[in-house]
Amino acid sequence: MKSLLEELKKGKVLVSDGAWGTFLFQRGLQQGECPELWNITHREDVFAIAKSYIDAGANMILTNSFGGSPVRLKHFELSGRAVELNEEAAKISREAAGDNHFVLGSIGSSGALLMMGEITEEELFEGFYIQAQALKQGGVDAICIETMTDIQEAAIAIRAAKEATKLEVVCTFTFNKISSGEFRTIMGISPEEMVSAMKDEGADIIGTNCGNGFENMIGIVKEIRQVDKTTPILVHANAGLPIFHEGKVEYPETPETMASRVNDLIDCGANIIGGCCGTTPFHIRAIADIISKRK
Amino acid sequence: METQELIEKIGLCVARGKVNIASPFPKDMLGQEGTDELTRRALEIECPPDKILLACNDGMQVIGSKFGRGEAFVPELLMSAKAMNAVMAHLKPFFKAGTVKTKGKFLLGTVMGDLHDIGKNLVSMVVEGNGWEVIDLGVDCKTQKFIDKIKENPGCIVGLSALLTTTMANMAKTVEEIKAQFPETKVIVGGAPLSIGAAIKMGADGYSPNPQGAVEYLNNCLIAS
Repeated sequence: MKSLLEELKKGKVLVSDGAWGTFLFQRGLQQGECPELWNITHREDVFAIAKSYIDAGANMILTNSFGGSPVRLKHFELSGRAVELNEEAAKISREAAGDNHFVLGSIGSSGALLMMGEITEEELFEGFYIQAQALKQGGVDAICIETMTDIQEAAIAIRAAKEATKLEVVCTFTFNKISSGEFRTIMGISPEEMVSAMKDEGADIIGTNCGNGFENMIGIVKEIRQVDKTTPILVHANAGLPIFHEGKVEYPETPETMASRVNDLIDCGANIIGGCCGTTPFHIRAIADIISKRK
Repeated sequence: METQELIEKIGLCVARGKVNIASPFPKDMLGQEGTDELTRRALEIECPPDKILLACNDGMQVIGSKFGRGEAFVPELLMSAKAMNAVMAHLKPFFKAGTVKTKGKFLLGTVMGDLHDIGKNLVSMVVEGNGWEVIDLGVDCKTQKFIDKIKENPGCIVGLSALLTTTMANMAKTVEEIKAQFPETKVIVGGAPLSIGAAIKMGADGYSPNPQGAVEYLNNCLIAS
C-alpha cells in the first residue's frame, strides 16, 4: 500500500483522473443501467477508461464505484452484490494503474437526506463500511469520499472508511457560488466549516469536486487555505456548466482553458489536481504537462 | 391570541420552519408553539381555513425566495416544508369537503436514467406549499410514464428534473415527446446542469434554477389562462 501523504511530503503536486460516466455512456451504457454493474459485465470497457487516464499522465486514478454503496445500489436491486461490484472496481483500476500509480476507491454521497429520516445513521455507516472494505479488498491505496454536501454524512463516511480499512482517506465537498459571491454546499456548508469538521473526523486530505468550472475551484482553495495551511488539498474540477447543443451535451472548458489556470490553482495551495464532469484524458494530459514543467 | 394574529403566526412558523413546541429548530424559537399547535387552535376558534392556507403560502414564499437568493439552504427549506405539512394535516378535511381548493395539478418527475430526487423533492414541497396539488412520479421516469399521467390529469402542468449531465439528452427527448402529443401542455425544466439556454433548445416552456422560480412560473400560467 502506497502512502499519498508520503508522496505529497516530497513537495510534489500530483495529477488525478477525469470523468468516467461520460465515457461509460459513450461505450454503450444505457440510461437507467447501473454503472457499477459494468465492472462485471463490461470489464474491458471500464479498464480502458481507467487506463486512458494513466496513459494521459495521471499519478492516480479512481474506481468505477461512485454509486457503489448498498444504499444506492438498492435502486437497481443490486445491494446484495455491493462487495463484488466494489471489489472488482478496485481490481480493474489496480490493473490499469500498476504498482507505480495510486488507486483511490471512489465513494459518492448516498443521495438520501439524514435530516428528513430518509435513512438512519446506522444504515449510512453500514453502507459506507461495506463499500470501503470491499474497495480495500480489491487493492486500493486510499479511499476518496466525493461530492459531499452534508457534514454529518461526510463524517459518517470518513468514520466508516477509517474503521473498515485503516487507509488514508480523502474527502471532497461540492460547493456552489451563491449570489453574495460566497461558496456554500446545497446544505449551506462553507469551505471553512467543511475544513474544521473533516479534520476533526481525521480526513487525511480534503478538497472539492464538481461545482462549476476551474475559476470557482481557485476561489474555494483560497478559502480553505485561509483557515488551514497544512492539510493537503485535492481538486476535481468539472469543465464548467454543460451546454446543450444539437441534442448533445457539451462542456465549455477545453483542456487549454483548464491548463491555463493550473499554476494559479497550485499557487493558492492545491496539491492534487484532476477533473470531474466533462473532463477527458486530454484535459488530464494538459494539466499534467503544466505540472511537469513546474519542476 | 386574536384570529388575525394567530394566522400571521402560522405563516411566520412556516417561513421559519417551526413545526411544533417540541421541535428544537429554529434555535431562537425554542419552546414556542409551532404550526401544529397553532393551526389546531386557529381551527378551534373557527379561523377560516382558506385564510390559514394563504398565510402558509406567503410563508413558503418567504423561505422559497430566500433559498433562491442563496440566503437559505436545503435544511431550512425542508424544515419549512415540514411545518407546512403539519398545517396541511389539519386542513385535510377542508380540502376533502371542498372548502379550500388547490390551484391546479403539477406533474413532477426526475427524467429517465437519473436517480436524484433531492432537487425534485424540494420543488415538490415548495410548489405544494404554494397551494398546488403535486403528483410526484418519482425518479428514473420514462417518457411514457409522463405521457400516461398527462392523459389521466388533463390540464396539468409538467415539471422535469435532472441532476446528471448525462441525462440532459433524455430530458430533451421527453420534452419533445410531450410537446408532440400534448402541444397545449406546459412543460418546465430544472436541475443543476440546466440553464435557460438549454431549456429553450429543448423546447421547454419554462425553466427555473430554484423551487421558487417554479412556483412563479406556475402562478403566471394561472394568470395567463
